[in-house]
Amino acid sequence: MKKWLVIFLFLVSLQGIAQDKIGITTDDYQNTSVEMADVMRSEGKIYVLVGIIGIVLGGILVYVVNTDRKISKLEEQFKDNSL
Amino acid sequence: MRAYWWKILTVLLLAYTLIGGMLFDVPRLPILNETIRAMHFHVTMWFGMILMLIGAVYYSIKYLRTNDLKNDDMALELTNAGILFGVLGIVTGMLWAKFTWGAYWSGDPKQNAAAIGLLIYFAYLILRNSLPDLHQRGRIGAVYNIFAFAAFIPLIFILPRMTDSLHPGNGGNPGFSAYDLDSGLRTVFYPAIIGWTLLGVWISTLRVRQKRLQRILEDQLINQ
Repeated sequence: MKKWLVIFLFLVSLQGIAQDKIGITTDDYQNTSVEMADVMRSEGKIYVLVGIIGIVLGGILVYVVNTDRKISKLEEQFKDNSL
Repeated sequence: MRAYWWKILTVLLLAYTLIGGMLFDVPRLPILNETIRAMHFHVTMWFGMILMLIGAVYYSIKYLRTNDLKNDDMALELTNAGILFGVLGIVTGMLWAKFTWGAYWSGDPKQNAAAIGLLIYFAYLILRNSLPDLHQRGRIGAVYNIFAFAAFIPLIFILPRMTDSLHPGNGGNPGFSAYDLDSGLRTVFYPAIIGWTLLGVWISTLRVRQKRLQRILEDQLINQ
């Protein structure tokens, strides 16, 4: 209980530290004088990018899941004669 | 797979990080432009690294108290995953710096301190591997790990703030905590930290489990 209280107070104090920073206002979202990849977005090419990175990330995650399964299988086999 | 709900959470959070990080509206800021989205991929590497290193310190202390090699395995593999994230963090930081600060490496205090911090952790791996005895390795490694963390935090959080630095949050520059306070970015940033950290922990546990199997096998071969 005491531990959680300390963690909670720590997190509250982090918010206090953050207060003296310059914040972002809603104006920054509409500030069209700053160049962004608007054309790419309007053409929908951004979805191609999301798709490609998604496939790479998905592939890596499938690989990790498969490794997890293989180790689980080995652990099953070792269960009988574990130390 | 035992208790795998957090692994599903990892996959979901990372998918959300990618989609939200690329597609959600972001503040239009000069110099940064669209690259502000790198926050969900670069800054989160360091957050993930630090969370894993805290875990490594926890297991190091636990190992010193219990002398159980299982805790040493966790400390080592969490540090390994942390170092992986740190290397990714420094490389992504260099790429980002090229397009916002003008050079891959500008000898910035933040960059130099991060590099020193990584070297301290590389030394941890070399120190461990130079000791043949498992328990000696574990004990000295655990003590070193605790001191490495105690040096790492001032290196990357305190020292760069005491001098001029290009990195946000240092030397009078507004911190990324300013952007972090922005609710739009925060909706992706916090889940991204959790997602990447969980992925690192997942990989660590895989390697720990592999190591335990190897140890059982070695013991069987010796006792044959």
